[in-house]
Amino acid sequence: MQKSKLGLDFNKVAEAKRLAQNIAGPVQQFVEGYTTVTVERTLCRLLGIDGIDANEVPLPNILVDSIKEKGVLNQGVLFHLANALIETGLNPQQIAEQVSDGKLDLSRVNVYSAEEREAALKPYIKQSIKRISGNRKRRENYIATLGEGAKPYIYVIVATGNIYEDVTQALAAARQGADIIAVIRTTGQSLLDYVPFGATTEGFGGTFATQENFRIMRTALNEVGEEIGRYIRLCNYCSGLCMPEIAAMGALEGLDVMLNDALYGILFRDINMQRTLIDQYFSRAINAFAGVIINTGEDNYLTTADAFEEARTVLASDLINEQLALMAGLPEKQMGLGHAFEMTPDLENGFLYELAQAQMTREIFPKATLKYMPPTKFMTGNIFKGQIQNALFNQISIWTGQGIQLLGMMTEAIHTPFMSDRAVAIENARYIFSNMKNIGDEVEFKEGGIIRKRAQQVLEEAIELLGRVEKEGLFSSLEKGIFGDVKRSKTGGKGLQGVVQKSAEYSNPFIGLMKGETTI
Amino acid sequence: MSAGNYSMDKKEGNQTLNLTHIKPYGDTLNDGKVQLSFTLPVPCTDEAIEAAKQLMRKMGFDNPQIVYYKELTPGFTYFVCYGSCTHTVDYTTISVPKVESTVMSMEETDDFLTRNIGRKIVIIGASTGTDAHTVGIDAIMNMKGYAGHFGLERYEMFDTLNMGSQVLNEEFIAKAIELKADVLLVSQTVTQKDVHIKNLTELVEMLEAEGLRHKVILICGGPRISHELAKELGYDAGFSMNSYADDVASYIAEEMNKRMHG
Repeated sequence: MQKSKLGLDFNKVAEAKRLAQNIAGPVQQFVEGYTTVTVERTLCRLLGIDGIDANEVPLPNILVDSIKEKGVLNQGVLFHLANALIETGLNPQQIAEQVSDGKLDLSRVNVYSAEEREAALKPYIKQSIKRISGNRKRRENYIATLGEGAKPYIYVIVATGNIYEDVTQALAAARQGADIIAVIRTTGQSLLDYVPFGATTEGFGGTFATQENFRIMRTALNEVGEEIGRYIRLCNYCSGLCMPEIAAMGALEGLDVMLNDALYGILFRDINMQRTLIDQYFSRAINAFAGVIINTGEDNYLTTADAFEEARTVLASDLINEQLALMAGLPEKQMGLGHAFEMTPDLENGFLYELAQAQMTREIFPKATLKYMPPTKFMTGNIFKGQIQNALFNQISIWTGQGIQLLGMMTEAIHTPFMSDRAVAIENARYIFSNMKNIGDEVEFKEGGIIRKRAQQVLEEAIELLGRVEKEGLFSSLEKGIFGDVKRSKTGGKGLQGVVQKSAEYSNPFIGLMKGETTI
Repeated sequence: MSAGNYSMDKKEGNQTLNLTHIKPYGDTLNDGKVQLSFTLPVPCTDEAIEAAKQLMRKMGFDNPQIVYYKELTPGFTYFVCYGSCTHTVDYTTISVPKVESTVMSMEETDDFLTRNIGRKIVIIGASTGTDAHTVGIDAIMNMKGYAGHFGLERYEMFDTLNMGSQVLNEEFIAKAIELKADVLLVSQTVTQKDVHIKNLTELVEMLEAEGLRHKVILICGGPRISHELAKELGYDAGFSMNSYADDVASYIAEEMNKRMHG
């Protein structure tokens, strides 16, 4: 039996998890009946279809749009591709090129039997599964031979807009002690219903996520990892309208960490909830299989709602996200459930409340690689105070054993980090992580004290909230603005037109393979 | 403790305040003391330190002191420096355009609008273009507000809609027409490569094309936006850091009154 430093009642934790499971169940049931344009494009990419046409439209888009226009997207792109493979004797890439050139109409190809279709697809599926497994083994091998940083992993962002400049910044950060490099995406990429192609050097507030950019950065981090004797993880963002596609591209290039949270997209990017929950399921199955740690975005609730008053929403959402992740086959240690240090610095005893919540989150998700987010809302441009806010945040992280520490920058709210901002932040974190290393083993919390009471209260409130969501259903709860004070309608937002109910012929063999339910 | 922590220098120069020639203050008037830090793209050598000092002199600093330096990664050296600024500015001739309104409390604004306008003012706000940041617009509009200043949603005499982030200018204008908005609030946080200027200008041009520009009070806000910049881009007002809902609300109330009653 797990012992709580906070006097948490684990029967209550179990009750919270049961409620979250009841909430996630109907969502999962809904999700399994549908597919989306990006899910289908993901299948194209997994079969090796890549590249763009003369107008820079990606071939997976051309292929999927062509069957959507014919009204047969519900049969799935694999149905049509398999028939074309048999009929033409070409490979998937050649078929995509033919469609792009207007030489082939997939909806007019003869239909072959399910067995024949399965056999035609098999070698391509096998190849892609093999490549992803290979990337996973490469990572495991690196960690076994080079080693990795101690937890909390130090996570920093690079965001120059130019992938080559990002590499310079990333190498500097790795040498200074960073364990995870996140390449922030260019503003607005989450709303593109396609993934750009090739190496890119122009972006706003970040760099385009493209498969080539992934490859360039992963190669550079392999090299610096060997130089400094520590494996450096690479993080990107599979959220937005191309969730599973980016998951697939990351899996193919060996990325290690992915932001992957439908709730975040619904609330903060106004992406349609049906669309993104369907997309999320496949993307998480891919991430699970690729050994990728997903990060969820609950911390963002506290940028629009009050961190002290709304703590329960973060916990409730983490619990729902955990259940949805389990249903996609994601093991707990690959769950970077999000929470944050976002209370106003003016709050008396704010540090104690933050400590209570961080310890509570640790105890409720003991195996998760929790992602702890820094202060952002109350960073003012006063860089000197900001450095102290980040120090308090770092202290709580080492004290409560967080998994991933997204470092705060003293220049938050001013600019994307300079090389020196990152260096100062890493120095701050390393100093505190070393100087206070075992404080969590040494200090206990007073019975009936502020910290224990706070944690117990947040858990109680989360259970009450989950009870309401369970009755209401997740979709309807989101329509009522339950998280982050943001209301979203079930049929509103971006991307609903890319959703279609699966027909009887529909098949996506990757889900079963990636969840380990089937073999090839 | 080392005596090095105490300045044994004789205080020299004119130590009286002259507003036509002001310069930074460390601990003595006109000492010109400034702290700064920067990175040079060179390895950490004696030559790098000398380069940092020479750069400081070119920036107009006497007695440049490199108090800390470190190579961040091979080929990039970081410096923390102090120096005495040789330049001065004439404070007495400076004039900065400001939003001219008396800041009223929420109750005063509601009362002012009830007496002078007699109907609710329709306000829509958004973080437009590709900008995904809602912190600014939320701080001004949401019920709760920010730092103890209630947001516009809480005002009785305002009918508000916060459209959130990444709202296209087209969508924003369509909504303004649909709701017959009196006031448009635009928030811009991302300023990399001047993307905000392009986006703000586009909105003004589109409003003009629709013949709507003069029918609405057009306001922009964000950490890097000044009233001066806003006016330059064709907005009625601009609000920057340290502005709250009551600043914006008071301005709206007074401007509505001015437009209705001259």
